[in-house]
Amino acid sequence: MAAVTHDQLQGHQPGPTGLMRWLTTTNHKDIGTMYMIFSFIMFLSGGVMALTIRAELFQPGLQVVQPEFFNQLTTMHGLVMVFGAIMPAFVGFANWMIPLMIGASDMAFARMNNWSFWLLPPAAILLIGSFFVPGGATAAGWTLYAPLSVQMGMGMDLAIFAIHIMGISSIMGAINIVVTVLNMRAPGMTLMKMPLFCWTWLITAYLLIAVMPVLAGAVTMILTDRHFGTSFFNAAGGGDPVMYQHIFWFFGHPEVYIMILPAFGIVSQIIPTFARKPLFGYASMVYATASIAILSFAVWAHHMFATGMPAAGQLFFMYATMLIAVPTGVKVFNWVATMWRGSMTFETPMLWATGFIFVFTMGGFTGLICAIAPIDIQVQDTYYVVAHFHYVLVAGSLFALFAGAYYWLPKWTGHMPSEFLGKLHFWCSIVFFNITFFPMHFLGLAGMPRRIPDYALQFADFNALASVGAFGFGLSQLIFLVVVVKCVRGGERAAARSWEGAEGLEWTVPSPAPHHTFEQAPVVK
Amino acid sequence: MSTHPGRLAAENRRLLLRLSVSAAVMFGFGFLLVPFYEKICEVTGINNFLRPEAEQGARAVLNTQVDTSRRVLVQFDANLHHLPWRFQPMQRSIEVHPGQLVQVEYEVSNTRDVPVTGQAVPSYGPQLAGRYFNKMDCFCFEQQTLAPGEQRTMPVVFVVDPALPADVTVITLSYTFFELPGRNTAAAQPPKPALVEGAS
Repeated sequence: MAAVTHDQLQGHQPGPTGLMRWLTTTNHKDIGTMYMIFSFIMFLSGGVMALTIRAELFQPGLQVVQPEFFNQLTTMHGLVMVFGAIMPAFVGFANWMIPLMIGASDMAFARMNNWSFWLLPPAAILLIGSFFVPGGATAAGWTLYAPLSVQMGMGMDLAIFAIHIMGISSIMGAINIVVTVLNMRAPGMTLMKMPLFCWTWLITAYLLIAVMPVLAGAVTMILTDRHFGTSFFNAAGGGDPVMYQHIFWFFGHPEVYIMILPAFGIVSQIIPTFARKPLFGYASMVYATASIAILSFAVWAHHMFATGMPAAGQLFFMYATMLIAVPTGVKVFNWVATMWRGSMTFETPMLWATGFIFVFTMGGFTGLICAIAPIDIQVQDTYYVVAHFHYVLVAGSLFALFAGAYYWLPKWTGHMPSEFLGKLHFWCSIVFFNITFFPMHFLGLAGMPRRIPDYALQFADFNALASVGAFGFGLSQLIFLVVVVKCVRGGERAAARSWEGAEGLEWTVPSPAPHHTFEQAPVVK
Repeated sequence: MSTHPGRLAAENRRLLLRLSVSAAVMFGFGFLLVPFYEKICEVTGINNFLRPEAEQGARAVLNTQVDTSRRVLVQFDANLHHLPWRFQPMQRSIEVHPGQLVQVEYEVSNTRDVPVTGQAVPSYGPQLAGRYFNKMDCFCFEQQTLAPGEQRTMPVVFVVDPALPADVTVITLSYTFFELPGRNTAAAQPPKPALVEGAS
């Protein structure tokens, strides 16, 4: 056993080629690449759904799709983007970068790593395939609230199984990351010397292990309510649909930090590089990340202010939610302080990271407004909430992913990505993003409800504007595809240290990173 | 951090086991939230539809139509018209507030050795009070067939309308049972069940 591992590590055996290479690979770089390709495909699928939604909402009335299908689209857009695009993309980054950053030769459990990736395509097929079963895909909203989710057709069952499989994949990936970070660090790489991306992912992985099983439990309860005569959420049988919301959001709120903490990590890598200064307040960044993670378990009911809660409960969840703004504020402060008096240059990754700080902070502030219980009851289920979570999920997680992709593409491909196309991608994205989502604040404050295919006439202008922005934003993402394809095929050779101010172990290996790195663990001073 | 590959693999496996157990425990925790949620609701009194009977005493909807400033004495009377039955109210009189829902009972028994069908007819004193005396349920709504020797407790549920003129302070409710002779053949069939099987 040890001999085989040794041989594999030395790369003496020529591995299988073609499809079998990718099916059987246990190499963290291959698996990271597959994660990212998978998530980009899912990103485009979810994007097509979003554009269909925006096409329908371009004008009042029903033009493009029927309401039943519209409901399926909003639901599947959310599920695909959250579980198919954002989460696997971050796991892909973790697979590629964490071993390189901590000086490990591979992830701790290379075979489990392969399995956790290859669970995803079947789950995606179940999820997307549910559009084609009788009754169509689930239309209960991405939160799958009971009692709707108990009543849906067989598309709901497919979605439940897809979530089970993706949950297992996430948990395995998270366990792999925790073990890798805790046990596989190079000598001298103490926890408090780790790059912040590893720290944020370590904490994210703990969150995943803690809450993905709770989601699995919640959808299992829906499944047994649907088919096996239980009454967890069926009021007629003594259950309570509001309880589903509690269980779901016990998962759901940590989940939003699962989607943003690795983004914080990526941005914390990029800003010091292009400000040519070490990260300001490294230790406070670590503690802020940990506090956000811990607080995330005590705020879930702020998603449920309108369900009827005692005033004491509303106050508790309101104040606890506002408390999260403190560690988040620490992070934003530290990023800005890192830039302060730095020798800044704005290459594409830095543009994305700076854009991230600007737009994500706007989303953070609207989040603070939604946290105020009396206001939340007003804006609950309106486009204000849609604007808020797209500001933090698209401008937060997605922009950070793009920032990270441009930052590490030289390491992955050996070529520098096109600065012109990268900047074009950034400026198109940030402009069209704001054209799409900024008007939604006004729509929400004026009372336009979300998840409905038609709207009152007074909302027409802002909706038309948002739809134009959405198509612009969607098409801009094809620029990224062009950049990546060009970058893989050729371009300016990247040096080992691809960016002037880049620090960290990953920049000590050649670009592109060879198939096997750090077989002899580096020594960190 | 360990340098020896064997020891590292063992440490990794140990951590894998611990984390997997944590994940399994959290799966169970999801289900544990169900009784936990119900307990919280019970203790704080939210969502009492989960345990309606536990909350009935404190939260039962109060009848806001009761006029507690007035008392009316309702007397009960029972008469038989050529009928060999025993027929009497279980209480002679009762004091009620107008608007209050009240239930009283009458007792009847057949002393003959053949089945007899009878019908009770109510009358009120003063006669005016009849318009304000609303019976929700009454044995006089149906014919009563008693088997030989059968004894029955029969309810009257009524509300005295709060619009009852202020000078009426006593109402007498009087029932008279008449025999329905032609109906005795029906007694060959099993007797019709009473509305409420009182003391049986």
